[in-house]
Amino acid sequence: MTTTKMTGANALLDSLEHQGIKEVFGILGGAILPVYDALCHHPKIRHILARHEQGAAHAADGYARASGRPGVCFATSGPGATNLVTGIANAYMDSSPVIAITGQVPSSSVNSSYMIGRDAFQEADIIGITTPITKYNHQLRSAAEIPQAVNAAFYIATTGRPGPVLLDIPKNVQAEVAEIDFNTKIDIRGYKPPGNPHPLQIRKAAELLADAERPVILAGGGVITANAADELLTIAELLLAPVATTFMGKGSFPEIHPLSIGNIGMHGNPLANKLLLEADVLLAVGTRFSDRSTGATNTFCAEAKKIHIDIDAAEIGKNIEVDIPIVADAKKTLTAIYERLIQQAKKKTENAWTKRVKEAKQLLNPPQNSEPTELKPKLLLQTLRKLLPEDAIVTTEVGQNQMWSALYFKALKPRTFISSGGLGTMGFGFPAAIGAKTACPNRHVVDIAGDGSFIMTEQELACSVLEDIPVTVIVLNNGVLGMVAQWQRMFYKKRYMAVKLGNSPDFVKLAEAYGAQGFHVQSIPEFQKAIKEALKSKVTTVIDVPISSEEDVVPMVPPGCGLNQQVGDY
Amino acid sequence: MENQKTTVIAALVENKPGVLHSVANMFRRRGFNIESITVGHTEQKGIARMTITVSGDEKTLEQVVKQMNKLIDVVKVGRLEPENIVTRELALIKVNVPDAKTRSDIINCVEVFRGHVIDVSPETLTIEITGTPDKIEAFLNLMKTYGIVELARTGLTALSRGTKSIRIDE
Repeated sequence: MTTTKMTGANALLDSLEHQGIKEVFGILGGAILPVYDALCHHPKIRHILARHEQGAAHAADGYARASGRPGVCFATSGPGATNLVTGIANAYMDSSPVIAITGQVPSSSVNSSYMIGRDAFQEADIIGITTPITKYNHQLRSAAEIPQAVNAAFYIATTGRPGPVLLDIPKNVQAEVAEIDFNTKIDIRGYKPPGNPHPLQIRKAAELLADAERPVILAGGGVITANAADELLTIAELLLAPVATTFMGKGSFPEIHPLSIGNIGMHGNPLANKLLLEADVLLAVGTRFSDRSTGATNTFCAEAKKIHIDIDAAEIGKNIEVDIPIVADAKKTLTAIYERLIQQAKKKTENAWTKRVKEAKQLLNPPQNSEPTELKPKLLLQTLRKLLPEDAIVTTEVGQNQMWSALYFKALKPRTFISSGGLGTMGFGFPAAIGAKTACPNRHVVDIAGDGSFIMTEQELACSVLEDIPVTVIVLNNGVLGMVAQWQRMFYKKRYMAVKLGNSPDFVKLAEAYGAQGFHVQSIPEFQKAIKEALKSKVTTVIDVPISSEEDVVPMVPPGCGLNQQVGDY
Repeated sequence: MENQKTTVIAALVENKPGVLHSVANMFRRRGFNIESITVGHTEQKGIARMTITVSGDEKTLEQVVKQMNKLIDVVKVGRLEPENIVTRELALIKVNVPDAKTRSDIINCVEVFRGHVIDVSPETLTIEITGTPDKIEAFLNLMKTYGIVELARTGLTALSRGTKSIRIDE
């Protein structure tokens, strides 16, 4: 055993370096000072100073989702740690591998003995607080256990169904000098992520799919996580099965492909919602059948035989009963089903179902002929798609901006559409865009925002300008908290309460105050010009686009209704 | 609720701080109902055993086991089939004893139930009784007529019958 004598803080940063970490997002404070002091001796790790810990956590999350590599954030004890909470909960709901490192008050010290548990200054029980929103968390007791704990944290965060892991490190442990051994083996007896699919289940699934008359594939976020988009495309083309995506699955299948039928759900594409319910066999991959996706569960594909692939056994039967569950990695499973299918069946040819899909597409997603000139979200997002390269990354905030993006911005590749699906965190998109740009500095990153959401984390403009991480923010500015205003309009007889935001702030002046550039636009040509300027710009650009405060997101499945009860046109 | 049943779940967990919290927290957050829980060391080093009695419909009970399995510090989880387990609970009961006649009546009851009197004072008797929850309930009903001063129950603990066992090396 070879060991090196060093502090816990140096052991932490060396361990992060061994994991390939080159960037961390964070804000320091008293209880994490030894780690920040050690950063002076670790020039390979770039520290990006957020302006609020929530921003740091979302940036780490955006980094992870854009790159597929874990994102790391630092915060101090107490309020620093609790400010991470929304970001951690967000990563947990969307299964994103975020590693959060928090400082903690000393577990012991020479002068004042034990401080944890005595309500010390800036003490918060972050382990207790984050237990239900992390895949795992752990408070370290000694410097010597740091390499093992960091390696375990990365292993747990990135394998199986990914998720955030928090390590809480008391200040004395950061400062403690110990003999550190970096040759650690990971052996967690309570954690064995599933690997290969069961051959019997593969055979059954392949038989069902081969005999299906009206197969539909539903692709969730798990397809993206498992990097299984190519396998999904292959199997869809073999079966000639239309592919719907969940909101989190957007980007797993190119939305301009003839077999793409769009998102399902409350604000899904009517084409997807309709065809899904006509399926006789549903192949659901990497989805947890969230309530926003399925609508009322008793009407969700009630007649269809269902195959459900998920790496998390607890998702099987949690929301929807299925016929053939397969608990395994989506990439391996789709490959295995494909191989089985090509052994026994020929490639499907055009049939009644493919004809039906084509006709439904013509009817429900007709090609646009008119050239509307108004600043309407649909046209803005279609215009944006035309101006962005295929690999540009789009993040969204939460609310109407997000649902319009889901409906009208066509994602073409995995990891190019990043949004807060499960938790629905307003303020996620902008710091996530900073994280995505950090991970992919050579690609364009655009945050599609609303005025209500952007204001929740706009302070990160300082981070993006001073850290030289230029992104574009499009503020669809309707002067209201639009989605809740829409619900008040639809379900509360237009009794508007607390939704008016007015015309404050001026987003161009706000951008300029931070050293970013801003544009007001009043027409589609001005919008196009502003986007082109933004894509050339070396600094972050905020584009303020006025839209009507009365604009609804439709179509919509009213809450509590089935997908067949969607109202409004696409 | 229809189709409610009670089941006993045995879990082998890492014997370290915070594990009980993460298990109890998961039950609370997902709305599962713990009827009783006992925790103690096992013959296996670093491993504690939790015996949890849970009620719910079949779907809920399945979810309980799956969600338990997801917790990193939970090493192994199993449902103990009711027809194939031995269960025991221990209760300590302090009973009022106003006179000598009552005292001998109570001691007779304790003998019938194979309990022990473990403490005596001029006004009270303290009784230890071990058995299935049904047996303890029956004894408590009997004691209620005399007046229970204080009661402490351990909650249920259980093992499978025969050679079947829940071990981490299996």
